[in-house]
Amino acid sequence: MLEIKNLHARSEDTEILKGINLTVNAGEVHAIMGPNGSGKSTLAHVLAGREDYEITEGEVTYEGKDLLDMEIEERAAEGVFLAYQYPVEISGVSNKYFLKAAINSIRKHNDQPLISRGDFVAMLKEKLALLGMDKSMMDRSVNEGFSGGEKKRNEILQMAMLEPKLAILDETDSGLDIDALKIVSQGVNALRSPERGIIVVTHYQRLLEYIVPDKVHVLAGGKIVRSGDKSLALELEDKGYSFLSEGAEAIAAN
Amino acid sequence: MSSENALLEEYAQREYEHGFITDIEADSIPAGLSEEVVRLISQKKNEPEWLLEWRLKAYRHWLTLEEPKWHNVKYPPIDYQASVYYSAPVQKPKLNSLDEVDPVLLETYEKLGIPLEEQKMLANVAVDAVFDSVSIVTTFRETLEKHGVIFCPFSEAVHRFPELVQKYLGSVVPYSDNFFASLNSAVFSDGSFCYIPKGVRCPMELSTYFRINAQNTGQFERTLIVAEEGSYVSYLEGCTAPKRDENQLHAAVVELVAMEDAQIKYSTVQNWYPGDSEGKGGIYNFVTKRGACRGDNSQISWTQVETGSAITWKYPSVILQGDNSVGEFYSVAVTANHQQADTGTKMIHIGKNTKSTIISKGISAGVGQNSYRGEVKIMKGATNARNFSQCDSLLIGDKCGAHTFPYIEVRNTTGKVEHEASTSKVGEDQIYYLRQRGLPTEDAVNMIVNGFCKEVYDVLPMEFAVEARKLLNVSLEGSVG
Amino acid sequence: MIATETDAYQESFNQFQTDQSSTAPAWLTALRQAAMERFTELGIPTKRIEDWRFTSVKPLATKPYQNVQSISLANGDAEELLQRAKLDESFHRLVFVNGHHVPQWSSQHELPAGVVIENLASSIRDGSRDLQGRLGLETSDEAAAFVALNSAFVNDGAVVDIPEGVVLDRPIHLIFVSVEDGHTVCHPRNLIRLGKGSGAAVIETYLGREGDGYFTNAITQIELDEKADLDHHKLQHEQTESLHIASTYIDQKDSSQFRSHYFSFGSLLARNEINCMLDGEEIVSTLNGLYMPTGEQLMDCRTRIDHARPNCNTYELYKGILDDRARGVFNGKIFVHQDAQKTDAKQSNQALLLSDDAVVNTKPQLEIYADDVKCTHGATIGELDENALYYLRSRGIAAPLARKMLIFAFANDVVQGVEIPAVRQHLETILLSSHGLPDV
Repeated sequence: MLEIKNLHARSEDTEILKGINLTVNAGEVHAIMGPNGSGKSTLAHVLAGREDYEITEGEVTYEGKDLLDMEIEERAAEGVFLAYQYPVEISGVSNKYFLKAAINSIRKHNDQPLISRGDFVAMLKEKLALLGMDKSMMDRSVNEGFSGGEKKRNEILQMAMLEPKLAILDETDSGLDIDALKIVSQGVNALRSPERGIIVVTHYQRLLEYIVPDKVHVLAGGKIVRSGDKSLALELEDKGYSFLSEGAEAIAAN
Repeated sequence: MSSENALLEEYAQREYEHGFITDIEADSIPAGLSEEVVRLISQKKNEPEWLLEWRLKAYRHWLTLEEPKWHNVKYPPIDYQASVYYSAPVQKPKLNSLDEVDPVLLETYEKLGIPLEEQKMLANVAVDAVFDSVSIVTTFRETLEKHGVIFCPFSEAVHRFPELVQKYLGSVVPYSDNFFASLNSAVFSDGSFCYIPKGVRCPMELSTYFRINAQNTGQFERTLIVAEEGSYVSYLEGCTAPKRDENQLHAAVVELVAMEDAQIKYSTVQNWYPGDSEGKGGIYNFVTKRGACRGDNSQISWTQVETGSAITWKYPSVILQGDNSVGEFYSVAVTANHQQADTGTKMIHIGKNTKSTIISKGISAGVGQNSYRGEVKIMKGATNARNFSQCDSLLIGDKCGAHTFPYIEVRNTTGKVEHEASTSKVGEDQIYYLRQRGLPTEDAVNMIVNGFCKEVYDVLPMEFAVEARKLLNVSLEGSVG
Repeated sequence: MIATETDAYQESFNQFQTDQSSTAPAWLTALRQAAMERFTELGIPTKRIEDWRFTSVKPLATKPYQNVQSISLANGDAEELLQRAKLDESFHRLVFVNGHHVPQWSSQHELPAGVVIENLASSIRDGSRDLQGRLGLETSDEAAAFVALNSAFVNDGAVVDIPEGVVLDRPIHLIFVSVEDGHTVCHPRNLIRLGKGSGAAVIETYLGREGDGYFTNAITQIELDEKADLDHHKLQHEQTESLHIASTYIDQKDSSQFRSHYFSFGSLLARNEINCMLDGEEIVSTLNGLYMPTGEQLMDCRTRIDHARPNCNTYELYKGILDDRARGVFNGKIFVHQDAQKTDAKQSNQALLLSDDAVVNTKPQLEIYADDVKCTHGATIGELDENALYYLRSRGIAAPLARKMLIFAFANDVVQGVEIPAVRQHLETILLSSHGLPDV
């Protein structure tokens, strides 16, 4: 469903992604790990379409289409969802209005009928319950005054409501205590399905105990330096990121 | 608290260390202002006809103007006929080397901490020393000329580089600009002229040291700096005056022109005599400073530390004409005792992607009144213009005042202007904390005040930053508790 | 001041005095006379005066507005406008048409003992409520000429007196409608007084009919005794050819609370001044405002807060959204007197420009003469938050809708500060319709 080939991206004068190759098939969960500054978040935002980055080389094909050619909202409508590491606060817009506007925008794009008020309320109720969130939060402004954990939960709620095909979770575990981590993971796991691809970007192995990945990739210095199954995450946990330099050399040698 | 208040009072008493008078014979004209006086000044400087005409136009225009009233400073009416508009130390007409400068003058500058002998000086600073109405010497001229940099007294530039002076004089601050600029244009006596040719990075800091000495004399200097394409210059300006009981007028004009990719950094440490603790005497400092970022990617930075003068009235501004040009204003203004300051800046965004930054730190002590007045304008064509302004005031004692008057005008949807202002006092808890750690109260206050000003000091050339810090400490001596 | 500019008002004034001569008490005739003299002396402000730099009131000088002596309600326009202005039938209501009270459209529910909600003309007739001192308002501020003009023609308006300890259970709605043809002017004067520990909510609505263009020159005087609490709203919906110049003076005593919500939508030129005198300790004042000029509209919002005594807190939030060739002015002054230690004053002004032909001028000012204070002001003018825009778009919301949502949110921030549900809903509806935010 997603194929990234030799992707290079820069922000102002700094090249951050230096040739990423990655294929994600429907039904798979991929974990992308790596030290701070390795380009993990950049990769997530480049896929979502943030305009701060310049793509200098490479291509990204999503469902057979050129993803990089699409507008931000078009990508979302086509099923790309990014759960932010730092969700944005929008004072004055209620969560409820925002969610409904998003669902209907996506439906409109896909020539589907708009969601009825009743269906929306029912769906929202179900998803709120899944994530253990109070419905009063839906009348509050988007993310405003939310604690770190509440914001992350709200991201997963949006994901559950929008039912994307490709979900990218950017450091969703950061700032979460163990209970919140469990709830959030539960929410993500509920979305695992043969039609859906999920990319989990994380610094720590901890999250992967709850969201078990099919593949693990290690990103360092703007490149994927190692790929493997879930045991790679444990190896990283064990040895730290320092052993990567050897890995990088090994790849370079190849 | 009352003992701390007492300390505060005491701290506000300060000594002005540059208040001595140099005893030197002066060639002064009688007090008063008229067309005759304007002609006399021009004649004394042996000026070309066009400059005299320009002065006369300015004078005639000045007669039609009224002194501005919008500022937040109060002073008794100035009698413009009581001031002397030209005074120069008597010395040989042409100076070819330092040996010919009157030793009394050299001594004066030595005493001010500005030795004029090149071997004694900081090797990387060239100085133009202006004494009352004339420039007495300019150092390191040969070194500079090797790089094509012109740095000389304004009166000399009029003769040696008439086409440059004629081209740029009044091109940023026209003679009709405002009351004080018109007055200056009519009677200006000397000042510095700098010209940095294309692609040259000026090899040393240029600096002018202004000294008012004669009694009842106004000083009206004029500085013009032109930085051609791709050039860079850093210019420093310092000012002192003797202690005298009557107020003296200083109305200067500074014009900066930055062409494409050029950068001008202009720093001022203004320490004119502020008057005594009763508010008697001191300099009235009415100054017009403006820079034009004419070329794309040009940059003009104003940094000022204003500790002196009874009244400070100045708004160093930048007109951002070139695309991507950058204007900056960093200011520390201190008003202690009876000092009053109404100072700030104007940033006029005309070109695309222009950026300006304003950082203003006002410190009020004693019965001082400190006003920040600034204007940020984003014109219609200034797509993606950005301004950030921050104006912080610190109050020391409960008889002073701190005021902020920012004007913002935006005419472009893509413009972004942010203004923040805050007012605070030196906190008792901060002083207590520092004292608990062993600092005497005065040191604690100095530390807090200097910390408050840090953002501005950080952009001053190093020698100046040290000087500024010292000055601030002296200015506030006895101000706190 | 050119004499001819005020001459036309002088003629109108002479006529007014003659008409009033049989009914007006002597003190009032004298008061009006003195005020007219002051107006003539001050003249109509010109742009050369700093405080009127951005706001030209030239139309007042070139084409004088006529006083309306009597009103006719026959054609139904006024009634239709009234229906539009009404917010909730449960409110106490006073209705004025072209400056004159219309009893049959006003309504009062049962009032606690001592509460007065009546029109000024009745109060004058009854000779009650020590009006002489209150109507004799003379100021030397920037609006002084218009205050004098209002006093010269002072005749009607609302009088609200809430006695000590009474808290009204429902809002008082004052509706000012202009419908008369022929370039008319009215000078409403509202007097609102809250006794110790009392509480009330007041809404002033101004609106008018399309037509020749008219001029509203309104003054509201508010006195809040110790611990009194007033929630004040002003909904300015004048039609787009009109001039609206208004001043509100608030005098607050110890521990009183005042909240002002100003919403400016109408008028060709609307200049609204709010002057808060904090003459006591432990006072809390909140001034919120939203101005949304479009077309050729000019909206000038001015506030002045005088912290005269220690330990008072003030909060101020003004937002503007400007479109087309509109012009917006925000001028907010916070004045902290030497006595006013421990003042905490926060002021924030934000504006959004939706058109390159729109202009916004902002002048937040702090004048501080006390050292132990916390005063901040912030002003931002600029585009919508890029991060928020990206966030919305990455959730599938197309850029134009995302932009509308953010504009709505920007304005809604002020609307959400309104506590009366009917007023809030009224404003939400306007916001939704004016910026085309769809019901999704």
